[in-house]
Amino acid sequence: MGRMRLVRFLALRVVKMVAMVFAIVVANFLLVHAAPGDPASVMAGEAGAADPQFLAQLRTQFGLDQPLSTQLWVYVSHVARGDLGVSYRQQRPVASLIAERLSATLLLNGTAFVLAIAGGIALGALAARRVGHAADSLITVLALGFYATPIFWVGLMLVLVFSVWLDWLPSFGMNTVGADFTGLAALADTASYLVLPALTLGLFYMAVYARLTRAAMLEVASQDFVRTARAKGVPEGGVQRRHVLRNALLPVITFGGIQAGQLIGGSILVETVFAWPGIGRLAFDALLARDYQILLGVFLVTSVLVLVFNLLTDLLYAWIDPRVEVM
Amino acid sequence: MNRILGEFLTTFLCNKGAAVGLAVLALVGVAAATAGFLFPFSPWDMRGAPFMPPGEMDFLLGSDSLGRDVAAGIAYGARVSLLIGAVSTVVAVVFGITLGAVAGYAGGVVDDAIMRFTEFFQTVPSFLLAVVLVAIFSPSLASIVAAIAIVSWPPVARVIRAEFLSLRSREFVQAAEVLGRSRTAIVFREILPNALSPIIVLASLMVASAILLESGLSFLGLGDPNQISWGFMIGAGRSVIRIAWWMSVFPGVAIFLTVLALNLVGEGFSDALNPRLARRR
Repeated sequence: MGRMRLVRFLALRVVKMVAMVFAIVVANFLLVHAAPGDPASVMAGEAGAADPQFLAQLRTQFGLDQPLSTQLWVYVSHVARGDLGVSYRQQRPVASLIAERLSATLLLNGTAFVLAIAGGIALGALAARRVGHAADSLITVLALGFYATPIFWVGLMLVLVFSVWLDWLPSFGMNTVGADFTGLAALADTASYLVLPALTLGLFYMAVYARLTRAAMLEVASQDFVRTARAKGVPEGGVQRRHVLRNALLPVITFGGIQAGQLIGGSILVETVFAWPGIGRLAFDALLARDYQILLGVFLVTSVLVLVFNLLTDLLYAWIDPRVEVM
Repeated sequence: MNRILGEFLTTFLCNKGAAVGLAVLALVGVAAATAGFLFPFSPWDMRGAPFMPPGEMDFLLGSDSLGRDVAAGIAYGARVSLLIGAVSTVVAVVFGITLGAVAGYAGGVVDDAIMRFTEFFQTVPSFLLAVVLVAIFSPSLASIVAAIAIVSWPPVARVIRAEFLSLRSREFVQAAEVLGRSRTAIVFREILPNALSPIIVLASLMVASAILLESGLSFLGLGDPNQISWGFMIGAGRSVIRIAWWMSVFPGVAIFLTVLALNLVGEGFSDALNPRLARRR
């Protein structure tokens, strides 16, 4: 692909992404308005005074007496400046509450994703290589099983086995409270807390990618260029690695990008099970406290993360496959 | 027609997975139907001492932190899971078929607009959207069904649109147009029946994912507060897993078996409806 076409491709994707972010912000605004109890009465309730005069004053102060279109414009411009509103219960800006939790979520999701894609491709390649053998059947059965298991239940079962029965790994939080490790010790400490949640989140998607890789490799293996490679005497391992696997990776990456978005969305369940201090756990606590501002803020940030991830996938795809067409 | 149906049934039932899936599903259905007969009391009732392990004090699967019967909860929970799975899928399928058919048949600007709309719902993280919707419109059977339907219709719309795009230029549709049949008649009597087989497969998988979604919602405390459900039971067992593993293990097994059975049935449908694809695998 020429450089011009790559730039054009990227520009189009970015425009599309901005449009999508705008749509999500508008949807979020509508949801804020659908939430029970308008912010003024909630705030008045928190302040302990709800006389009509105070309410009216609050409404004017926050622009709630303006027409809906004006309010939408105000909301959009606030979001554009990174202002996601205030959590009235915690008396803090939503954006900073999310910002301090974001790194934990990214660490968990990143680890799970790498685990899922690396393990999935390896297992899928293995299964495709031995179609019909025990390893293939086992991988297919495992994939079918993980498809059918609720992710939070997998997490609980891992806790039951590895924390309660075997007592190998911690099940709760992100680091040992009060231990005050530094340097490598702190890293190892956090890593031991990361194992179970990352496994929980990663195993399901590992099954998905394994099935995808297997199907794609079988598809590619029957094509002419593979027969050509064999005919000219490329050793079997080389055929599988350089010719089959490489071409089979494209659909896996496309699908992986789409799935990664769902992975971030599903991490609310895993963070709840393991009390992992990320934005998913923040959303769960907000749910319990009926703090809709935080909940909607998490929804917005997660959606944008998904979009960023999809864009990265497109980039990776364009880089791997020079034939990519401008979509 | 009967011959085709017979052929379909033979292929379907010869698939071992599909037959097993159907049997498991029938079992879950029987448990849901006879819950009131097997356990003639409310699943919320205290029936004995709390935290009884399975087998003790007539608790087949143990009791929970308030002395409620876990087995009864699972039987009554089957009702909620099956009901929500089925109803939300029907709603999503009807909505998806309508939008997909309009997009595929009308084409042009309408198609573009509908596809952008669909894309929006496919991009947004679906579980989180369902959580937000149920939380804001307060948890009830209706809001849960609506939220699950809202996040699961896009694949139906896409599949139906693709089918309509390829079918609308076929000879039999052109023939109907030449005969002067109305648009509604062409859409409902000519194209739609020919586009349904992928939807049957998709629908059985959608029931499965709806049950998973519902369990996730009720695990987070977003279930209908009047109905016991599997996800809620697991959520209640989460904090006491160290002393009462049975509280979270058995409802999870129930979800696993039901969803697995639905997936197997879906695959059986897929193989029986597309014999060409099945043989290639």
